[in-house]
Amino acid sequence: MSAARWRRAMNNPAAVGSAALRPVVPSPSGPRSPTAPIAEAGAESFAGRLRRAVQPHHIVVALALVLYPVVASPFFVYQIGAQSLALGLIALSLTFLGGYGGMVSLAQMTVAGMAGYLVAIFGSSSAAAISLGWPWWLGVPLAIAGATAFAAAVGWLSVRTEGIYTIMITLAIGVAFFYLAQQNYTLFNGFQGFNKVVAPTVAGIDFRQPLPFYLLTLACALAGYFFVKHLVRTPFGIALQGIRDNPRRMHALGFAVTAHRVAAYAVAGLLAGVGGVLMVWYNGRISPGSVNTGAMINILIIAVLGGMRHPIGAFIGAIVFVLLQNFAIDLVDRERFNLVIGGVFLLIVLFSPDGLLGLWAKLRPHLQTPTSTPRRQA
Amino acid sequence: MIVTKRLWARSVLGIAAGLALAGSALAQETLKIGLLATLEGPFAAPGQDGMRGADLALKQKNGMAGGKKIEFVKVSSDATPDKAVGATRKAVEQDKVPIMIGPLSGDEGIAVKNYAKTQPGVTFINGASGAQATTLLDPAPNFFRFNTEGAQWMVGLGEHALAKGYKKTFLIAEDYGFPYSQVQGFMASYCAKGGKVVDKAWVPLGTKDYASVIAKIPKDIDALVVVLGGSDAVNFLTQYEQAGGNKPMVGGSITVDQTVLNFKGKRRESLLGTASAGPMADSLDNAEWKKFVADYKANFKDGFPSPSLFAYLYYINTKAVLDALDTVKGDLSNGQKAYREALQKTRFTGPAGEVKIDDNRNGVGTTYITEVAKAADGSFYNKVVKSVPNISQTLGLSKADFDKMGLGSRDVPDCRK
Repeated sequence: MSAARWRRAMNNPAAVGSAALRPVVPSPSGPRSPTAPIAEAGAESFAGRLRRAVQPHHIVVALALVLYPVVASPFFVYQIGAQSLALGLIALSLTFLGGYGGMVSLAQMTVAGMAGYLVAIFGSSSAAAISLGWPWWLGVPLAIAGATAFAAAVGWLSVRTEGIYTIMITLAIGVAFFYLAQQNYTLFNGFQGFNKVVAPTVAGIDFRQPLPFYLLTLACALAGYFFVKHLVRTPFGIALQGIRDNPRRMHALGFAVTAHRVAAYAVAGLLAGVGGVLMVWYNGRISPGSVNTGAMINILIIAVLGGMRHPIGAFIGAIVFVLLQNFAIDLVDRERFNLVIGGVFLLIVLFSPDGLLGLWAKLRPHLQTPTSTPRRQA
Repeated sequence: MIVTKRLWARSVLGIAAGLALAGSALAQETLKIGLLATLEGPFAAPGQDGMRGADLALKQKNGMAGGKKIEFVKVSSDATPDKAVGATRKAVEQDKVPIMIGPLSGDEGIAVKNYAKTQPGVTFINGASGAQATTLLDPAPNFFRFNTEGAQWMVGLGEHALAKGYKKTFLIAEDYGFPYSQVQGFMASYCAKGGKVVDKAWVPLGTKDYASVIAKIPKDIDALVVVLGGSDAVNFLTQYEQAGGNKPMVGGSITVDQTVLNFKGKRRESLLGTASAGPMADSLDNAEWKKFVADYKANFKDGFPSPSLFAYLYYINTKAVLDALDTVKGDLSNGQKAYREALQKTRFTGPAGEVKIDDNRNGVGTTYITEVAKAADGSFYNKVVKSVPNISQTLGLSKADFDKMGLGSRDVPDCRK
């Protein structure tokens, strides 16, 4: 994980600049002080910054994402594309918490589920006795705000723990929420949950259709991705990474460790909340099965599968996960297809503890031709 | 050297990608039918047996229907509606099946029915799901269910309980859609004929500790109505016995199964005479059932000793699909109009009675009332004591009376006093 890597780098200054390491996370140990690049960047013109930031592969990926629905069938646009992006957004919240905050929370699906349930409760659904039928522009922001507040509360409960204890306490919260949703009938409608929770029609665009829904999830996913990329370079993000690596030193330096961590949970809650709203619209329904232990673990699998050292890992993990879930059954005997899914996960984690991102970093030197231009060092 | 190595690495990647693409592009001249069951999660074993039932229906026709070779595109869910719709969408939109069979459990059925509305060109046939709302509330014109559902399976059990002298009962059931339906099927006639269910205890699925429920059971009741499945039923029985309980029991359609019949506690003998009801029974004594069991045993060496409820339900639904294909000679043109008319007219004698559907495309069929009896070798089995034919989804009531009662839920129906 990036925390351990970064610590190693700190102990061995010679390794900091090495290409193999390529710390994507800007570290305070770099040539500039943490706040300097921000101030300097602010002085530069926006266009100039954009030109410097955008590289050829960014344009290729952006084109591919936009052209994807043109070439792909509605099934691939909706079930593979939109689902991957929405799941990726939820996993991104875990990547942010785990990769940059050093806090692995299993409750991210619970936060997303909370947003989904709130959308169903505030909006309209088949359970007319519970749903309030508010318009989407009121219900959705409230649902996301509610999920963010819930995530902050989860964070406030669990920040004083470390490592495996954080995992345990967030697992406990997630399981408790699952049982609450399953047994409460006045608010969560018990085992059956809510059916017919559909995406709204805004300005004549029906977001239930595969293409508009894909573009909506794409917009949310991109916003989330760039938000995280930006946030980890702000003073808050830098402080958070400092807290990840040495909370005691950061405390001694005068940073409010607990406040930073709770704020990180809230930010992750915002991302997961948006992902949760997209997921409930994607499924058209929500029930306790959507937030059970299996669903919670799936988010962790996606994050670890993709790699937690860069925000893009969450989306790569989600794509691989969704593809496997859908097509593993075509590869082998119908009763054994979970073996393929498990086997692929095991192989990836075995050969690359950094997930697919780490695998790519290992493979790239072998695939590059000697004549190709060497990559710019970060 | 280095260049060769790189070339090699690149070609391997390229070939792998090429193979992956080619694999999905293989065209088939056969007719594909989607088949969804729960091969994961808590219902993995029933799901597997459901698949056996569908396979058996196809094998009996030598893999052909309507002059075409039939190929099942099998997909799986874990009994959650999200996964069921995802798997169905994959079969329909990616594998382009014109006909889709499934799913297995109740809430999945409602979700798949809602999805069916968005795919008017595809015909959906239920697998084994038995939620009332699937076909009663807002039905989809292209969703057919040839089996009867949870409430229908219990019709006639109420009268039978009254005939045994159970005038006041206490009910314990799992807290979700299927038991609601089962309880309604039991209570509709039981209450109408003067029976009293003094109280209902709804417990979460998978409850281990029944102490608080057992403490609530009143002394002056005649019997317990127990609508629990599998291990829940055994846990309840064990704890009820330890608490000194001695009331006789009336069971739901999945309550008195092999796990309960093999119960080894001291109360074992008192299980004798326990009444329950369902759309089939292991001990049916007609030629069709015996042939079905013999075929099942011959084809599936790894199967259960006798086909389960799920194998039976998938079997009759799949048989209806294939028979209708024969009727129209494989013609699915014109938005499957002729095919759907053929499905609507389906009428055959299945292993456990006649199979036909009503105007909501829901099965109208026979329910069997059984009682636990002792076989010659000392083992317990469910003996058929009565069969109630032609049960519709209104449970033998008129449409108006049924609508007045509404669908089964925690509080509907109610006859405490």
